[in-house]
Amino acid sequence: MTVTDSRTHSPAGLGQPPAVRLAAEGVRLAYGDNVVVDDLDLQLLDGSFTAIIGPNGCGKSTLLKALGRLLRPTSGTVLLDGRAITATPTREVAKVLGLLPQTPLAPEGLTVADLVARGRHPHQSWLRQWSSDDEAVVTEALSWTDMAELADSPVDALSGGQRQRAWISMALAQGTDLLLLDEPTTYLDLAHQVDVLELVSRLHGEKGRTVVVVLHDLNLAARYAERLVAMKDGVLVASGTPQEVLTEQLLADVFELEARVVPDPVTGTPMVVPIRRLR
Amino acid sequence: MSTTAPARATAPPSRPRRALRIGRVSTTYRVRDVLVPIAVLLVLVLAAAASLGRGDYPIGVPDVLGTLVGLGDETQRLIVLELRAPRIAVAVLVGVALGLSGALIQTFARNPLASPDILGVTGGAAIGAVSVIVLGGTGTTAAGVLGGIGVPAAALLGGMVVAFLVFGLAWRQGVDGYRLVLIGIALSAMAHAIVNYLLTRSAIWDAAAANVWITGSLNGRGWDQALPLALALLVLLPAALALSRVLGVLQYGDETARALGVRVPLAQGVVVVVAVCLAAFAVSAAGPIQFVALVVPQIAVRLTAGSRPPLITSALLGALLLVSSDLVARTVLPESFPVGVITAIVGAPYLLWLLVRGRRRSTL
Repeated sequence: MTVTDSRTHSPAGLGQPPAVRLAAEGVRLAYGDNVVVDDLDLQLLDGSFTAIIGPNGCGKSTLLKALGRLLRPTSGTVLLDGRAITATPTREVAKVLGLLPQTPLAPEGLTVADLVARGRHPHQSWLRQWSSDDEAVVTEALSWTDMAELADSPVDALSGGQRQRAWISMALAQGTDLLLLDEPTTYLDLAHQVDVLELVSRLHGEKGRTVVVVLHDLNLAARYAERLVAMKDGVLVASGTPQEVLTEQLLADVFELEARVVPDPVTGTPMVVPIRRLR
Repeated sequence: MSTTAPARATAPPSRPRRALRIGRVSTTYRVRDVLVPIAVLLVLVLAAAASLGRGDYPIGVPDVLGTLVGLGDETQRLIVLELRAPRIAVAVLVGVALGLSGALIQTFARNPLASPDILGVTGGAAIGAVSVIVLGGTGTTAAGVLGGIGVPAAALLGGMVVAFLVFGLAWRQGVDGYRLVLIGIALSAMAHAIVNYLLTRSAIWDAAAANVWITGSLNGRGWDQALPLALALLVLLPAALALSRVLGVLQYGDETARALGVRVPLAQGVVVVVAVCLAAFAVSAAGPIQFVALVVPQIAVRLTAGSRPPLITSALLGALLLVSSDLVARTVLPESFPVGVITAIVGAPYLLWLLVRGRRRSTL
């Protein structure tokens, strides 16, 4: 895998293979007594675009929460740039790592501009609430996501696709070089799913962001992500390029689905043609 | 593909923010967020002046304003500054505290039904106050101690104890607003049951006194009540304003707030402590004046057309609601009529009117 972007946020410096930005080491995740993920290891390289796939309830979103410091592992550690993420101050994490929850809450009556401006929160202080830097970054984020014209519209008056764009715009304004997205295409029609993933893909390609996204649509995941991570019952089953991961055997094992995998006629990435559910 | 089609035209866009920068200090503001509190403040001054002029010896508003800035004759100064000002001062301070407390709790709980009443402050304060009124000074040692504490201190203590009990029971690595409201309702119901039990055990004149306290009243309130409340506000008002920035992020939900670098449980804890103290001091000064903390932030958020109850506008509006309710109570009704009855009669129709004509979806 080649990293085309020249950003040098890897502590290892230039000329080295991409550094591991985010890693899970023997992570066990539980809600109360209910263990959702057990003894999971995962490494996410600098500049990579990874999609986590798996059936409903396999622990993908839970894993993403742990990677984003929203959930503390009951054992094992999550390392952000080699440092335990739970030992890093919340604000420090928020300057490096951004996370969009699956159904984020926008307060009623809030405008798009206010929402995107909120992304600057980790960079602000009580006295410095709106520096010219903040303003420049927010203006850039709005125009880069094509939201400038809607800047003064209330978020609750936007369509689903526009709303997702507004949130991605906020994440962009946060200026983190790691971005975790939990099912950003939920509730969107196919055209808007493609639109949102194009946007995320540009964040990766043009802005050099390291992206981790939980996705349900396997064909879109294979098309946009460089790496797929497949999970089942809280266990990491396979990881690698879409070609390596998305096989007929894996679909049978992980999704209990009989399917043909053929090359996508447009991009050549693996495309799943479902046949029937295996029982 | 274009996603820049205009948003569904259900609402006019809110006025944009403007930047204000002086050296390294910077902030944003909307013109409306500045103009609304100024307008409310002006109306408040007029209402307070009208209220100061009302009474057995009526004084016109211009004369009252003159007296306040040092003009006016000896009699006017005596009547306005020494006889009538203390009661109005209590009304203003209680209104400020209740308005602020409501704005903090509603933003934090992301629920317009949340108020200090729901959090158990009112119920707890009522237990404290009614215990002293009913049991105090009737001979036994415990009653003697109760009588010695006095009604305001007992109300303050009771309110804080029950509110923090509610908060403690709702705590699960942070507080979910919905859970907080449900637990608050349960504990408030228990508190009111205890109060009712105390009332049934009491002599009829004690019960009458307790009932006046429970409704909330400004009758007989003066500097003795204003001073502790003013001192508390001296600390709590700046604390509330300092929380404003964090509150703006907390309203996005816990996950987004954490992703934006806020230590959510700590922030929630501080917000609740400030809100509960504000409400407890207010209730201890004038009794649980219903409805102010609930209705004022909702009116304020609609007047400013913002996304959350604005703190300063809520505080001023709380004072205005209380001062004008007190004015109404003393003008059209017998002198002893408790102001708590009027706040609901004045505030509720106004909120209903805003809800009916407003674009905002009602979540009340």
